[in-house]
Amino acid sequence: MPMQATRLPAAGRPKIDIRGAAKRFGKMVALEGVDLELRENSFTCLLGPSGCGKSTLLNMIAGFAEPSAGQVLVDGRPVQGPSADRGVVFQEYALFPWRTALDNVAFGPMLKGRSKSEQQAIARRYLSLVGLAGHEQKYPGNLSGGMKQRVAIARALANDPSVLLMDEPFGALDAQTRETLQEELLRIWEQDRKTVVFVTHSISEAIFLADRIVVMATRPGAVKQVFDVEIPRPRERSDPEFVRLEREIKLLVRAEVQKLGVI
Amino acid sequence: MSATTLPAIATAAERPPSPWPQRLANAGMRCLAILIFIGIWSVVSLGNQYLWKFFNPVLLPTPIDVVRAGIDAVQTGELQANIIASMKRVIQGFGIAAIAGVVVGLAVGTWKPLEKLVEPMIELLRPIPPLAFLPMMVLWFGIGEMSKIAFIAYAAFFPVFTTTVEGIKYVDPVLVRAASSLGASRADLFRYVVLPAALPSIITGLRLGFGLSFFVIVAAEFIAADSGLGYMINDARTFFMVSQMLLGAVVIGLIGFVVNILLRSLEAWLLRWRVATRG
Ligand SMILES: Nc1ncnc2c1ncn2[C@@H]1O[C@H](COP(=O)(O)OP(=O)(O)O)[C@@H](O)[C@H]1O
Ligand SMILES: [Mg+2]
Repeated sequence: MPMQATRLPAAGRPKIDIRGAAKRFGKMVALEGVDLELRENSFTCLLGPSGCGKSTLLNMIAGFAEPSAGQVLVDGRPVQGPSADRGVVFQEYALFPWRTALDNVAFGPMLKGRSKSEQQAIARRYLSLVGLAGHEQKYPGNLSGGMKQRVAIARALANDPSVLLMDEPFGALDAQTRETLQEELLRIWEQDRKTVVFVTHSISEAIFLADRIVVMATRPGAVKQVFDVEIPRPRERSDPEFVRLEREIKLLVRAEVQKLGVI
Repeated sequence: MSATTLPAIATAAERPPSPWPQRLANAGMRCLAILIFIGIWSVVSLGNQYLWKFFNPVLLPTPIDVVRAGIDAVQTGELQANIIASMKRVIQGFGIAAIAGVVVGLAVGTWKPLEKLVEPMIELLRPIPPLAFLPMMVLWFGIGEMSKIAFIAYAAFFPVFTTTVEGIKYVDPVLVRAASSLGASRADLFRYVVLPAALPSIITGLRLGFGLSFFVIVAAEFIAADSGLGYMINDARTFFMVSQMLLGAVVIGLIGFVVNILLRSLEAWLLRWRVATRG
């Protein structure tokens, strides 16, 4: 049953459609010939060693960067710059240090011209969704890394975007916090479905979270292989299928790392 | 990571605020330092006057002489008038510099072509001590108020301008991305990201600029003025009234001290998010 749930509906239009997208920085080819279709409300992980172009690809979907060739379509239209409909969560949190947790989360609603009381109500709701009720008036400087990232997730969600882009959001957190936040992210996503693109270089994180894992190749960056993860949620890291998939992807990624000559 | 690799480093968030006894001790130390300074001054000046005459006592009045000169000057109303005259010039000149420095700084910092045009000019003018232009300003603007105000404005412009540009240059680009992914327009980015991010730097520039205004007003009043603390010092010099000369210096010092405290508390309030970080 859950296997079918993860298949792309034959007639359904993809939410994000990447067609032959490439990115060059001067002579350096960061990404080449990427073709991907991401179904609406799916959870996709981009996985690969660092430098393989994961952020570059995510930035093109976010509208921070334009493809040098090919197209990135969201809802069938080419991406033209960032938009409030595509929320982004960064590894560095990127909270506004001069705004309290509440005012950080209220930022999107404020830009949309909501009334002060609406902004506050929305921000409070999303802060409590990420488990930060009671921390509204704290400045980012007084929050731990895990709490900062919770605020950042609440801030992205408070805009109610249809796409959520996350670039190694848990990369700077300790293992414990990381696993807690993975579980909470899934809980939130299951309540309030969005098309999520999640960049990581942790294989187990990708298997734990994703409907679909896009393993990327290096030199130049490209899509190497796509895995549909059909293990029912909540997933156990000790599940035999989990372990098998982890091993398979590990071998694949190791080959890519060796291409870089790092190990 | 093993527990032995690193000593526990209290992060900024965890550091407790300094306790009261410690703050009191700090304040005590400051008072003591001032007392020691006045003590040395008293010993040298009084000793020179009554014990071993090392130099002409007229050259170094005692602290009491200065206080007496101060009381006289207040009674004649001369001191107040001079303070007001200097402060008026400083406030007007610095006001112009602050507005011009921030506005031009923001424009140059956000618009690249302007930066390429303006930056070299500024870099050319900046190393020239503002005093070098004072005689010219007197020629241009006369010996009235205008020349002093213009001179202060010119001198104080540079630190305000430079720090504003710097502040904008070092705005974290990931904050700009974050804001634009939340739907910020260019105007929103400027208002809600660039400006607050540059604010600490701008405030530092304003404080430096204000200090510099004080610095140069005295020089300007030496040369071309019939009022003000600088004039008071220079006027006292022609009549060889050393106590009054020192009085001028002391008053300038006190005003600078008080204004700096006021500006610092304004800064602490405006940047309370940063203070919060420090705990
Ligand atoms: N703005 C840029 N200018 C030049 N090179 C860049 C830029 N951004 C990324 N790159 C290069 O593109 C490659 C892919 O980078 P990135 O997408 O950040 O990789 P990843 O996120 O997978 O670690 C890297 O070799 C990186 O050095
Ligand atoms: Mg990256």
